[in-house]
Formats: sequence, structure tokens, C-alpha cells
Amino acid sequence: MMQYGLLVMGAPYSSPAPHSALRFAHAVLARGHQIAGVFFYHDGVHNASSLMAPPQDELNLREAWIELHQQHAIQLDVCIAAALRRGLMSESEAQRHGKQAFNVAPPFELTGLGQLLELQQRADRLITFA
Amino acid sequence: MATPDALLVIIRHAPHSSNWLREGLDAALVAAAFGQPVNLLFMGQGTMALLKEQGSGAPGQKATLPTIDMLEMYDIDKLWVTEEALQGMHLSADALVEGITLIADQEIPGLLQQHTQILNF
Repeated sequence: MMQYGLLVMGAPYSSPAPHSALRFAHAVLARGHQIAGVFFYHDGVHNASSLMAPPQDELNLREAWIELHQQHAIQLDVCIAAALRRGLMSESEAQRHGKQAFNVAPPFELTGLGQLLELQQRADRLITFA
Repeated sequence: MATPDALLVIIRHAPHSSNWLREGLDAALVAAAFGQPVNLLFMGQGTMALLKEQGSGAPGQKATLPTIDMLEMYDIDKLWVTEEALQGMHLSADALVEGITLIADQEIPGLLQQHTQILNF
């Protein structure tokens, strides 16, 4: 049994990275391995946007991540610096920055890059999807 | 060459064409700030991040050279560049900032093996 960490750096619907990462996650879980956590960095932070509204016949990637979290209690961490500069923020960050809306909510958590390094140390393998 | 717990950050993208370089360097700086030894390997177009006479990019685009100059303060002193990457872009080592170590492409597998933690930007 291996612990895999996932680093997702591609944006939904512009990069195949999130799709690949999700398929990889389900494949390793099906083989009895574990996902130690998912970290969203670079353009991957867009996966956390609650304003994502793809057509109904397309997979809603944010919901797919939430389903992964609900089924396997996998932590979904989003780099706060990469998120803020791209217009992704939680309710408390929106208040802090005087913004009228927010688009990041649990189970996605805004956190620092330290969490990525911690995930890499905790996991047997860190796999990058970019 | 590398200590056992060192993190290797690989930079493969040139400045200004994307945010890869900036966010890759951010990851390196955060690891160093947490006390982890960090080494950098610049490959392909990533080598351009080290050009000492580079400007700040399009209006409003922040320069990345000051961050490169700052690495030493974070005890990040191993900056590797491959000779082949330089040749491929017709650059000479004189065009780069100080403190670069040139290696051959064939040394890269050994370098990767020395690091248990690698982040690729």
C-alpha cells in the first residue's frame, strides 16, 4: 500500500491535468492505495471555484473533487497566494480584501505552500499534473 | 553533492511567458524559509531566468531577476544549468548571473537520484 500525494497545476477545461489527476486518484484507490492529499497550485487553483458552471453534459470538475473528498476523506488544499492573484478567495479573504463575492468554500481550504512540502514529505510519491 | 533531505526545484519555463517561474521560485523560497536545503536545476528555456541583463518584461509585469538575486540570502546556492541548454539557445555562461554550476545533460539522472523530493515547474 502506497500513499500518493497529488499536485494539480492545470486549470479545469483548459488543461487535461485535472481530469488526469482525478482518473489517477480513482485508479490508485481502486488498487488499495491511499491518497495522502491533493494540493492545487499555479492555474490548478481554478479547480476550487464554486462559480464554475460547465454545460450539464460535461463533468463539473469541482464537484468531482468534492465527491473524491466525501468518499475518501481526502484533503483538498489550495495555495492561497496563487489563488488570490487569480481571483479565487474564501469568504474571510473576500472580507479582508473588500470584495463583494467569494468563490472558495469547504471542503477546499486556502493554505500556504508549506502544506505542499508537508504533503510531499508525508506521501511516498508526489505526482504532478500540469 | 546534495544532502539527503534536499528539495530539488526544476525550472523549465522562461520568465514572463507564464507564471511558472515566479511560482516555482516561490516554492523554493518557502521550502528554504522552513529550513529545508533547496537546490535549483534550470532546464531548457528555464535557463533564461538567469540572464543577468534581462529587463522587467511588459509594462506592469514584475521582474523575476531580483528573486534570483535573493536566493543566496535563503542559502540556496546550488543553481545548476546544463551546457546543452546554453548551447541550444546560443548563450554563453558569461551572460548568466554569478554562482551558476554548469553540468552536462548526462549528469541529470544522477542529480535526480540524489534528491528524494523534486518539484517540477
